[in-house]
Amino acid sequence: MTGQLVPAQAGAPAAESGLMVRAEQVHKSFGPLEVLKGIDLEVRAGEVCCLLGPSGSGKSTFLRCINHLEKINAGRIWVDGDLIGYRERGGKLHELRDKEVAAQRQAVGMVFQRFNLFPHMTVLQNVVEAPVLLRRAKKAEARDRAAQLLDRVGLGDKLGAYPGQLSGGQQQRVAIARALAMQPKLMLFDEPTSALDPELVGEVLDVMKNLARDGMTMIVVTHEIGFAREVGDSLVFMDGGVVVEQGNPREVIAAPKHERTKAFLAKVL
Amino acid sequence: MTTDETTTARARPEPIKAVPVRHPGRWAAIAVLAVLAAMFVHLLVTNDKFKWSFMVDNMFRPPIIEGLLRGTVVMTICAMLLGVSLGVVVAIMRLSTNPILRVVAWLYTWVFRAVPRLVLLAVFGNLGILWSRIEFGVPFDTQIGQLFGIDNLQLRVFGFTSRDVLTGFVAGLLGLALSEAGYMAEIVRAGIQSVDEGQSEAASALGMSRGQILRRIVLPQAMRVIIPPTGNETIAMLKDTSLLLAVPYSVELFFQLDAVGKRTFQIFPMYVAAVFWYLFLTSILLVGQYFLERHFAKGYGRTERARIRLRTIAAETGGGGGAGGGQ
Ligand SMILES: Nc1ncnc2c1ncn2[C@@H]1O[C@H](COP(=O)(O)OP(=O)(O)OP(=O)(O)O)[C@@H](O)[C@H]1O
Ligand SMILES: [Mg+2]
Repeated sequence: MTGQLVPAQAGAPAAESGLMVRAEQVHKSFGPLEVLKGIDLEVRAGEVCCLLGPSGSGKSTFLRCINHLEKINAGRIWVDGDLIGYRERGGKLHELRDKEVAAQRQAVGMVFQRFNLFPHMTVLQNVVEAPVLLRRAKKAEARDRAAQLLDRVGLGDKLGAYPGQLSGGQQQRVAIARALAMQPKLMLFDEPTSALDPELVGEVLDVMKNLARDGMTMIVVTHEIGFAREVGDSLVFMDGGVVVEQGNPREVIAAPKHERTKAFLAKVL
Repeated sequence: MTTDETTTARARPEPIKAVPVRHPGRWAAIAVLAVLAAMFVHLLVTNDKFKWSFMVDNMFRPPIIEGLLRGTVVMTICAMLLGVSLGVVVAIMRLSTNPILRVVAWLYTWVFRAVPRLVLLAVFGNLGILWSRIEFGVPFDTQIGQLFGIDNLQLRVFGFTSRDVLTGFVAGLLGLALSEAGYMAEIVRAGIQSVDEGQSEAASALGMSRGQILRRIVLPQAMRVIIPPTGNETIAMLKDTSLLLAVPYSVELFFQLDAVGKRTFQIFPMYVAAVFWYLFLTSILLVGQYFLERHFAKGYGRTERARIRLRTIAAETGGGGGAGGGQ
């Protein structure tokens, strides 16, 4: 696995503030259940932010709010300076149309715990589909790029295989290539390795490390403390819908300040 | 090599030569069936009222063949094409976020599944009587058209019939296709709902629109669930073309066989001919259904076909993969 996963200019800092993601007081409820209770978060361009927390603390929900797969009830989220899901005009928020939301999502790649590859398409088709459909690239161009991406995640020999014929680790690497094919500014990972057999975790983490090294801005929900310590620029610990503690991953992991962080780390380490 | 040594070191056990389990039940069943079959053949051969030679001489008459082609085969194809297309539209309306579309779709499936096909065909066949006063087709069409702009194609077909050319064929087609759409809508809806939610989620995360997701991701996967019952629907439709006599529409297989039977006072041989004709046509459909199901199973399981596809695609894309590997 050599070469850049990300074209040089994609990782360059955007927006005047240098902030790729800014979340302000994000609240989200499912009916009576309040899952996010005011999340504030800032991720600078090129930074890897690791999100930790016990099950049910709202990590996935928050990640899904960032690309508007969930509508937030209060607060604001900006990605690269763009307000997500809404347009602010005359002090009023207007919902964006489906098309505009889709356009915003194109700039944000997402990788799921259960891969969610398209089972009726080959590996190559999985990666080529969105760029061609959304007219990001001509077909031949997209195929070349897809083949290159797949080669760099170590799957250059699997272009014609169907997802059902691949191992979990291979599927997840295809999923990463599929997201990268849209040339996103930001990548969201929701426990990308927790559905994998232990011996397959490493191959996916390696791809993610390369991605981080190439300057991709990433928010990673993970229980892989080693990854957070090695690759993370910041660590955010969530519990019960709030951010309990955040800071430099190495410092937080070595000396957690908060009781709940301590208890959680004691369990996963 | 070490494995070789260890296996040879331990003596290989001799192959198993066991006495197989006996199945006396099977032999008994075969004997019983053989006797029943012999009785049946005896019945067919000895009763001269079957008039086999008369049947064979008459079941290929030109009007019968014409009826078979137009009223049975072409009608089945047209009614299914129309019924499936409209069914997909109704299913999508039913799953839409727009509550009005959902209600319209529900009403549609309710009405067209509640009324028997025979009755529907009689109604459509005699619509001409009321034509000047009651415009049955039009309000429904415009409603669908307004709410669901995409399907102009459907509208044109219906617009065509709303003129004064409600021939027997068109009336029959309408009756069968509209009723079929009611059933297909339910089948397609079940198919769409069978696709894992993670699929549309992944597609939306890539920035695809709802329509694109439906067309490229969800429907192709739903096909696997939709195809088998649609095959059954097609077979049922082929058989239901015999109901066209309620329209009445005469250029149809059973109508013609029945007519020959009545004219010649040899009704039973012609009914037997009908049995053979429908058996023959349905068998062809069953073969087609087998191949269709195999086609849409691709990507699921390591089937022979999937492996063949794999090889062709690998050959196709071999250049691209090689180029990537070279860097
Ligand atoms: N669509 C939904 N409808 C209702 N409740 C939901 C929905 N999605 C999530 N929840 C609830 O929100 C809470 C937070 O869920 P979330 O998936 O964000 O947790 P998580 O931190 O990702 O947990 P895990 O580590 O188990 O993935 C849970 O109690 C969950 O039951
Ligand atoms: Mg989660």
